[in-house]
Amino acid sequence: MTSAAASAPVHDPARLAAIAKRRRRNTAVSTVSTVVVLGVLAVVIVTSPGWPAVKESFFDVDYAREVLPDIVAGLRLTVLLFVTAEPVILIVGLLLAVVRGLTSPIFTPLRILSIAYADVVRGIPTILLILMFGFGMPALNLQGMPDSPLFWAWFALVVSYSAYVAEVLRAGLESVHPSQRAAARALGLNQYQSLRYVVVPQAVRRVTPPLLNDFIALQKDTALVAIIGAGIEMTRAAQIRAFTDFNYTPFVVAACFYILLTVPLSRWADWMAQRQRRRSQAGGGAL
Amino acid sequence: MSANGGAPALRLENVHKAYGDNPVLRGVSIDIAEHEVVALIGSSGCGKSTLLRCLDLLEPIDAGAIWFEGDDISWPGYDVNAARRKIGIVFQSFNLFPHRSVIDNVTLAPLKVLGLGRDEAEAQALELLTRFGLAEKAADYPDRLSGGQQQRVAIVRALAMQPKIMLFDEITSALDPELVGEVLNVIRDLKQAGLTMMLATHEMAFAREVATRVAFLDGGEVAEIGPPEQVLSDPQQERTRHFLRRVMEARRL
Repeated sequence: MTSAAASAPVHDPARLAAIAKRRRRNTAVSTVSTVVVLGVLAVVIVTSPGWPAVKESFFDVDYAREVLPDIVAGLRLTVLLFVTAEPVILIVGLLLAVVRGLTSPIFTPLRILSIAYADVVRGIPTILLILMFGFGMPALNLQGMPDSPLFWAWFALVVSYSAYVAEVLRAGLESVHPSQRAAARALGLNQYQSLRYVVVPQAVRRVTPPLLNDFIALQKDTALVAIIGAGIEMTRAAQIRAFTDFNYTPFVVAACFYILLTVPLSRWADWMAQRQRRRSQAGGGAL
Repeated sequence: MSANGGAPALRLENVHKAYGDNPVLRGVSIDIAEHEVVALIGSSGCGKSTLLRCLDLLEPIDAGAIWFEGDDISWPGYDVNAARRKIGIVFQSFNLFPHRSVIDNVTLAPLKVLGLGRDEAEAQALELLTRFGLAEKAADYPDRLSGGQQQRVAIVRALAMQPKIMLFDEITSALDPELVGEVLNVIRDLKQAGLTMMLATHEMAFAREVATRVAFLDGGEVAEIGPPEQVLSDPQQERTRHFLRRVMEARRL
């Protein structure tokens, strides 16, 4: 595409210097403004009349060091709850979403059940589900069913989050253009194969960010298990220490650990989305 | 007037199709012999695309029959997947799977529907891609390809199922003019290989060149059908003449 008049760019040193100067100026502005804003915030907090008391009961460094092993011990159960619930939620959510999209008359009852499930479950606060399942199911004394409140609290999380995840996945499934399914069916793939290899992979990729958002929420909501006192996960561990010594520093320590768990997840989600864009879109993800 | 004496590969018998109260096909009957290339021409909305979608059973027909290898494949409850395995279709808008690389687009159906092994499917796909000048694009994702390349991949994807009949639904209409030629070359190549084809097209010169017969669809009916030199140069029907005149005028602009 080179025309006869094309030539190599001529770099004017003065122009390059001007660009560099402008870049340095931008860096300086952002640094100074960040320092000023954070500094003012810190001063406002530290000079407030209640600060010494708050500092003592929330930011007691020695006490934080002391409770650290307890919180870390709770971290294990938090991660276990989250890691085991997540795959189950994904599978149940996907089943609910797919069932809801089925058009065949045979599936009408299933479809109605799926809609009812999403409506009812999303209408109930997760904390109530945990109370109901966690206390209610063991009390039923069902034959062959686990009677551990912890298991049923975990189950309540799965019930609650699969309803949300189903809605997210349904939006994803509906966003895949019908012509994709037509192309798959035209190649002889049956309905299941079209979903499995063509529609679902595209749907899941599109809704990865909102899915990850739900999983971050789930990770934090494992803390709700603390209210039925079943199992010492992180929040429960912090609660025990905080209420024995009436110092709330353990809550802050636990909060830091929750952040440590969620931040990598967010970055990973961003990285995944970006990699997908780079791979499949011309222009390296300008969108 | 069939191009050769073989039994029809596909027979449309009085096919009717309506969307709600709006009739789109009003009794279409066409026999397609083996190795024949039938071009469907007609103005937008005359039913060309609907006809091809009905032939691939993507749309159910309301009345009539579609005979293929001795069966009426349009009969309710007929195994549509079995029929589609042998009838390939290529769409105007390519409809490649954007999340799969070119080679994975091509091998999907052979792997999952025909049950081929991965090695065999990939070898076959590469052979087809090479034949149509796409071998170096095998690992790319569709969105990185030009429109003409994407459409050629879509054709290869359909061919990988080794269909008995190929249907082409205005496959050059979404392409930039300079990319039309490379796609039409593929059709020429397939005609040379003796594939039975039916193509809806707006490219009259191309229809004249490759088609053994041209069918002019108007108002959901076959208004005129015959060898291209007859239908395109010496049409018997006034409405065919009217349509061709309009096409010629549009070209001159």
